[in-house]
Amino acid sequence: MIIPRLALKNLLGAGLRTWLNVVVLSLSFVLIIWLQSLYKGMGDQAKQAKIDIEFAGGQYWHESYDPLDPLTLEDAHGVVPGSIQKKIDEGEATPILVAQASIYPEGRLRTILLKGIDPQQSVVNLPSKFLVQAGEEIPALIGARMAESTGLKLGDLVTVRWRDAKGTFDARDVQITQVMKTSVSTVDQGQIWIPLEKMRELMSLENESSLVVVAKNTEEIPTVPGWNFKSPEFLLADIESLVKTKTAGGSIMYVFLLLLAMLAIFNTQVLSIFRRRKEMGTMMALGFTRSKVIQLFTLEGAMHSVLAAIVAAIYGIPFLVWFSKTGWALPEGTDFGFALGEKIFPVYSVGLVLGTVVLVLMVTTIVSFLPTRKIARLKPTDALRGKMS
Amino acid sequence: MENSFLIETKDLVKTYPMGQTKIFALNGVNLNFRPGEFSGLVGPSGSGKTTFLNIVGSLDSPTEGSAVVMGKKIEDLSHKQAAWLRNKSIGFIFQTFNLLPVYTVYENVELTLLLLKLSQKERKDKVMKALEWVKLADRAKSRPAQLSGGQSQRVAVARAIVKEPSIILADEPTANLDAENSFNILDTMEELSRELGTTFIFATHDEKVIKYLRRKITLVDGKVAKDEVFEQKDVKGEDQ
Repeated sequence: MIIPRLALKNLLGAGLRTWLNVVVLSLSFVLIIWLQSLYKGMGDQAKQAKIDIEFAGGQYWHESYDPLDPLTLEDAHGVVPGSIQKKIDEGEATPILVAQASIYPEGRLRTILLKGIDPQQSVVNLPSKFLVQAGEEIPALIGARMAESTGLKLGDLVTVRWRDAKGTFDARDVQITQVMKTSVSTVDQGQIWIPLEKMRELMSLENESSLVVVAKNTEEIPTVPGWNFKSPEFLLADIESLVKTKTAGGSIMYVFLLLLAMLAIFNTQVLSIFRRRKEMGTMMALGFTRSKVIQLFTLEGAMHSVLAAIVAAIYGIPFLVWFSKTGWALPEGTDFGFALGEKIFPVYSVGLVLGTVVLVLMVTTIVSFLPTRKIARLKPTDALRGKMS
Repeated sequence: MENSFLIETKDLVKTYPMGQTKIFALNGVNLNFRPGEFSGLVGPSGSGKTTFLNIVGSLDSPTEGSAVVMGKKIEDLSHKQAAWLRNKSIGFIFQTFNLLPVYTVYENVELTLLLLKLSQKERKDKVMKALEWVKLADRAKSRPAQLSGGQSQRVAVARAIVKEPSIILADEPTANLDAENSFNILDTMEELSRELGTTFIFATHDEKVIKYLRRKITLVDGKVAKDEVFEQKDVKGEDQ
């Protein structure tokens, strides 16, 4: 315990120099944890939004359904089999019919996806209740992105043209009954939601669907011939990889912050070893071995991160807790390419905090040790004269 | 009789390279010291005084010849063994005191004891005893920056004697002190030498120190030019 005791005393005795390093290092701690927790929060939020609004507990896809290939949509539907229909009747699933269509906002042709959903469903968090038909016009639900790109507003009528099951083109006006603000662009951009039964009727596709969304936490997922179940993990795979890409970008900042802190420690160590040669010589004269002096100086450097962790905890914990409650408001128009709300709420984990502390401690120890290797070649007589061997 | 020597050097040579040539800091020094000697190396700068102390203090090793300290051959010691010898048996006093600035007086004196396996109470007793010897017990909590030159050197003396070593090597201990502080320090050291039987070896130019010496060894160009032993004198009386 001699060396840690002396190291702490030396460190505290160095006064302002120590505290400057500690403050820089503690800032790195807090910023690294904050940044990483933001990325984690962003990822979790994006996934949760997709689950809440689009994927729920997974989806049964008609065997021909491929969301990435709109040309196959014409044939990608079928009558919902009994076992899935049972779930729909029990409110544990909701069917969706998808078809290609065109609209003509402001006299221009726009190809869209026309989607039918049950207005009464509660499986996904879409405001489908606005699709309850009250009058003559077919109610339609669009997202804010769609509204912005097409110029459509609440109450507008827009002509929709589609091909029915027999291949005949047909067209009707639909009325925008709600413009929803959603973080999930894949239920918004380039699509119009209308009541499922109306869409089935218009397209002569009685009881047919393209996919069926299963409610969250549904345990029993029967295998249904002609329909493929896609688990939430499968459906979230794309977003996972997108978040990973974004997080990798954030790691550059992480490394930069770490390097900044390490540079401060390294400089301090180099300066210490240069300025305190006489002290080293004295310690050797008193009977300290070189390895003990190396241990002492290395520990002094490494202890910066211990002090920094304590200082970071003092001001960092209140800041991070406050931040987790208020979140980070995204600037208007920010698009990360995946579902995000207006605010990102950071998510902290024990692993993240401990991992950061251990990583910074390890890197600080290595950075502290590197300059002290010079001591191993130091002659006590030279050190006492203030010379470096 | 030979076994009673605390330090024995035989044909001690220390050279330093200087370009293509070699500088002889010590050139065949044969000196022996008995326990309790109060002796000093005198001579002009570059005569080899500090080099001799460094070798005898196991801070350096000879180029040729041999130095045996407390029965240990300095040239054969590993770094660890040399450090152990210094910690157990040798105390150093430097011209510039070499106190560690961030430690208190107490901690500076205690530092050398930390490497010995002593309890906290044992350490405290020894430190306070050493500080009482040098009359600085009341400044135990002060930092070196708060002390005068004389007080700093007395702390350095306390640090050297706290482990009650057999040998104390003092390199120009009074060079940075005024006359009054020099005499105080020298009185303390002489008293310690008498009370504890500690062997003191000085390297000095200072006439005040030379007056206290019971053995004066004059080095010139790395060789022993003169080795004189004196009867004890009343130094203070002479000066006063």
